[in-house]
This record gives sequence, C-alpha cells and structure tokens, in this order.
Amino acid sequence: MSSFLPSWIRTMFRVFWAMPLVTKLCTFWLTTIILAAIFADFIPKLADPSYQGFLFGTDVTNDGQSLHHWLGTDNNSRDILSRLIYGTRVSLTVAVTAVAFGTFFGGLLGSFVGYVRGRREAAIMASIDVILAFPALVLLLTVVTLLGKRNLLVISLVVGVLAIPYYARVSRANALAVSRREFVAAARAIGTKDRTILWREVIPNVMPTVLAFALVSAAVTVVLEGTLAFLGLSVQPPTPSWGVMINAARADLRINIWPVIWPSLMLVFTVYSLNNVGDWFRIRTAHKTAAL
Amino acid sequence: MAGSGKAHLRPEGDALVSVEDLVVEYPVAGGNTVKAVSGISFDIKRGETLGLVGESGCGKSTTGRALIQLPSPTSGAVHYNLVDLTKLSAEAMRRRRTDLQMIFQDPISSLNPRREVGEIVAEPLNVWGPKNKAKQKALVDEMLNAVGIDPDVARNKRPHEFSGGQCQRISIARSLVLEPEVLICDEPVSALDVSVQAQILNLLEDLKKKYNLTLIFIAHDLAVVKNISDRVAVMYLGKICEVAGSDELYENPAHPYTQLLLVSSPEPDPTVVLDRSDTSSGELPSPINPPSGCRFRTRCPLADDICSSQEPQMQEVGQDHFVACHHPLIKVAEAPAADPVWTEA
Ligand SMILES: Nc1ncnc2c1ncn2[C@@H]1O[C@H](COP(=O)(O)OP(=O)(O)OP(=O)(O)O)[C@@H](O)[C@H]1O
Ligand code: SF4
Ligand SMILES: [Mg+2]
Repeated sequence: MSSFLPSWIRTMFRVFWAMPLVTKLCTFWLTTIILAAIFADFIPKLADPSYQGFLFGTDVTNDGQSLHHWLGTDNNSRDILSRLIYGTRVSLTVAVTAVAFGTFFGGLLGSFVGYVRGRREAAIMASIDVILAFPALVLLLTVVTLLGKRNLLVISLVVGVLAIPYYARVSRANALAVSRREFVAAARAIGTKDRTILWREVIPNVMPTVLAFALVSAAVTVVLEGTLAFLGLSVQPPTPSWGVMINAARADLRINIWPVIWPSLMLVFTVYSLNNVGDWFRIRTAHKTAAL
Repeated sequence: MAGSGKAHLRPEGDALVSVEDLVVEYPVAGGNTVKAVSGISFDIKRGETLGLVGESGCGKSTTGRALIQLPSPTSGAVHYNLVDLTKLSAEAMRRRRTDLQMIFQDPISSLNPRREVGEIVAEPLNVWGPKNKAKQKALVDEMLNAVGIDPDVARNKRPHEFSGGQCQRISIARSLVLEPEVLICDEPVSALDVSVQAQILNLLEDLKKKYNLTLIFIAHDLAVVKNISDRVAVMYLGKICEVAGSDELYENPAHPYTQLLLVSSPEPDPTVVLDRSDTSSGELPSPINPPSGCRFRTRCPLADDICSSQEPQMQEVGQDHFVACHHPLIKVAEAPAADPVWTEA
C-alpha cells in the first residue's frame, strides 16, 4: 500500500479487509454511530428538543414514517431520527467511559494480582468477590441515590467502577496463564525488576484479551443505561438517549409502537455489532497466541 | 537409584557451583506435595560441562530452575563461588543473576510474542547497562552474529516469524549478552528437528570456548549429552543415580537405570539391548508418592528386599565414578562384576 499513509492507518485497513462481510458491516455500523455521537452537536440545533420536529421536515405531527420524518415522530411530535442521532451520545458516552474505566483499572488490577500472587492476590480477589456478590443494579441505585446527581458523567463513572471487578477477574485469569510462560521466567532470570516485568511482559500479553472482553461488555453497558433510563436514573428528559426514548414511548405503546421499535433496533444492532467485532478480535488474538 | 549422599562431591574450593541436598516440592490439590527433587547433590568446576540426564518428569527442569532460584528450593544449598544463593535476599539474588543464566526448555515460549527480537536481546542491557542505545545496538548485533542470526534481518521481527531453532539461538543471544559465568541449558535441542539439533549443539560448544562458559546441559537422552559433557549425572524421580565422566559412564554404566537409558538411546553404540518383556519398560512412578527405599526398584530387575527398605547411598565404584545402588553393575573394589542385567544383543 502507498507508503505515505501512516502505518497505523495501513494496519487498520488490513485488519478491516481481513474481516468477514458481516463483521465488516458491523464495523461500518459502529463507525457510523460513533461519528454520529461525535458530530451530533455540530448539526445546528439538533440538541434543542423544541426544534427537533422541524429538522428533517416541516412541522407535521405524524406518527408514522414519511418523507418529512423518515422514522416518524414520537408522541410529542419530535423527529425520531434526530433524537436517535442525538441520543447516541448518551448511550455511547456511558459505554465508552465505563469500558475505558473498567479496562484500565480492572485490567491493571487483575494483571497485577495475577503476576504477584500471594497474600496481595488473595486479599484483592476476596474483596472483588464480595463486590460481585451484590446485585449490580441495587448497588447502582444506592450510589446514584446517595450522590443525588444523575448527570452523564456520574452515571458513566458509577457504571465504570462497578465494572472493574469483572475486568479484574478476566485479566487475572489471563495474567496467571501469561506469568507461567517461559518468557516471564526468562525476564526474571536476567534480573528484570518485577514492576518492569509486569509492564513489559505481562500486561501487553493480557490486554488483547481484556480488550476483546471490553467490546463484548460495552454491549451490556448500553443495555444497562437503557435499564437505568427505564428506572428514571439516567439522564433526565428532554435529553434523549436510546433508553430514555424507549422509556418515554412505552406508555403509549398500544397507540404507536414505532417510537419504541427504532431505539430498540439501534440497541440490537449496536449490541450485535459489538459482540460480533469483539468475538472476531478475540478469535484472531487467540489464533495468534496459539501459534506462538 | 535414588541415592542420597555426597561421596561424589569434590573438595569445596574446586567447584564453581555446588549443590547440596537440594529439595524442591510443589504443593498440589488435595494437600499432596509433588516431590520433584528430593535431596540431590552435585558440583561443577569452572569451565566444566555437566550433563544432567533423565526421562521426562524426573525433575531436571526443576533442578535447573532451583539453581537460579526460580523458584527457590524447598531446602538445600546452592553455592556459587562459595556464596549460598538460597540465603540471599531477593534483591541480592537479582544482582547476581548476570552470572548464572538459563536457556529454557520451550524455545518459542521463551520469547515474548509482542516484542521485537532487537528489544528482546537488548532487554538485559536495559536492566544492567550500558543504556546508551548505540552501544546496546552494537552489543546486540555482535551477539546475534555470534549465534548465527543476521541482526539486520531479525532486529525488527517478532518471535513468531522465526523457527524453533532460530528462537533458541535468540534465547542464547539474550542470555550471553550479559556475559554470564554459568549457562544452564534446559533441553535446548529436544524441541528441534534432528538436523537442527547438531547445529545448536555445535553452536553451544563454540560459544562455550569463546566466552569461557561453565555449562549445565539438561537432556532426556544420553546420546545428546555424550559428546558435549565432561561429566554426566543421571537422575531418576528426583534423585541422582550415578555420576561419572562422560566416557566412563557410557562404557561402564554401574546403575541399572543408566544401562536402561543407554539401551533405549538411539545411538547404535551400546552393546546391550533391552529385553522388552522386562519389568524395566514400566512407567515412572508418581512423584507425589514415590517408592520407598530405592526409587527405581519398581522397574529394576535386580531389586530385592534391601532395595525397598533402604535408600542406597552414593559410593565410589571407579575413578571419579559414583553410583547410588545396592547392587551396582560394577562391583566396588575387587569384587567380581555382576552379570549384565539386560540380555546381550
Ligand atoms: N509448578 C509445578 N507444580 C506442580 N508440579 C510441578 C510443577 N513443575 C513441575 N512439576 C512436577 O515436578 C516433576 C518434575 O518436573 P520437571 O519439569 O522438573 O521434569 P523434567 O525432568 O524437566 O521433565 P521434562 O523432560 O518433561 O521437561 C513432574 O512430575 C512435574 O509434573
Ligand atoms: S538394585 Fe536395588 S538399589 Fe540398585 S537400582 Fe535396582 S532397586 Fe535400586
Ligand atoms: Mg524439563
């Protein structure tokens, strides 16, 4: 390929071409919604709920699909498509924040205890098991109520912190296996310090699996935000998120089912795509390590 | 087999490395312990090559790793230059690591798949210096050349782009860049094709001369260690059976197990042939629950009552030839030699 492109872009292209068709479509879908989430604010007045009805059409109250409102309007005459695009921000922000938090802290914690073993491992894993024994939703409700705030950042961080134990478990299991490999023994034999071994030898070999797990668990987070919205614990109306939209339209389900269908489809597509792409990466990295 | 005792150790000052009563036990599920190494002693003089031979699972790798305290043995002493390594703090041991290096059994798993070869071989220098990149590169290139790898081709590649033999060479380069005194090679060729084996063995002999190394050479096959070793120690189920100079051991095996190994070794040289109907073709007993007395007695055609009740001690049967057996094939002093155990070809 042309050498004037930076090598990471070339690598991304190579990875993309290696995907099966379905995975390509899923990657395309994820890219689209990420772009939508990033650029939603640049579409004039998209964020303004009172303007959302006019965005793609005229001020027509309409509960079905039409040329004016491609996906129809909700029961407050707001254009569903524009709300979906804008709502992507919340759903994705929660997912990305939570996943980044979990991957970073959980991944490091798990790698650490999996490498050092001993009493530190026992203590940390015991506390993690205690946290995991609580139902996550109950914990979330408690924390959100105690904090008394429900802005996007708080929700994302709470979800992220709650995800840490799961990431820690996955990465610990992996770090145990990696630490038994002979290159770790070789690093110790040449006198490398434990901290350096952890960063250079263990973590780089643990993280690919943790990242694959992260993609899959991002799906869970998107659904979780929807559930929180159902419970009225996520962002407050009129700010849209996919979960909020489902929640709001639920009451009039029998009058008009479409305002529930569209965001649900977004969720399904996104969750499916994340799982598909996550699986593909996991299998790919598994192949690579197996060959080694 | 199965002997204890230290009759075969040489005067203290003569040995560069001296191992006494080394015991390594691993706790396993169910409250049991794997008695991987049970009280072995041996020593190595500076510049000598010691072959450590025994079948799979007899504790060779465990012994090699215990020498460099990875992990430290359950008990026993490992003297290097008269310093007991088992008594050193973790940091004091780390500072000694440059002197004792080890090539691990699996050549491919010994290299981190996510790092480039150049980085891998430079890693010891990142720890111990020089840290100057140009100096590092010069040293890495020199060492890769010495092991027969073209540094310009290899530097930016990852381990999976190399064959097992090439990975083994890279591992050797990484160990030697520290200029160690002692190099422990754990079955450096058993994972490789026969044609590549000879190349690696020759390479090790060359490097030994070039860098004045003292080698501990682990193998499960006597034929592999024969030419490279000055002295050979035969292990069985966590114990040492016999220690002798390489030629002496091949010509006059004194321990029934050594003879069995010679017979099953692919080299056409030995004159005795294993009778397959014999008890000796049995399996290695469990190291969790090893046999009483001599550990080899469950497979030994000469076993009798004393073998199950008393552990044989090391005794001298010839010039620098020691065996731990109640009924050695070479009689001590002038006693008449025992009949051959295995049927003649
Ligand atoms: N970490 C461990 N935990 C429990 N048991 C172990 C461990 N490492 C080795 N063992 C056991 O200790 C015994 C000796 O193992 P070791 O790897 O030293 O044998 P070996 O002589 O090197 O064999 P091979 O030729 O197969 O490499 C074996 O029974 C093995 O199963
Ligand atoms: S003769 Fe006895 S002591 Fe000697 S190897 Fe056989 S069983 Fe062991
Ligand atoms: Mg081994």
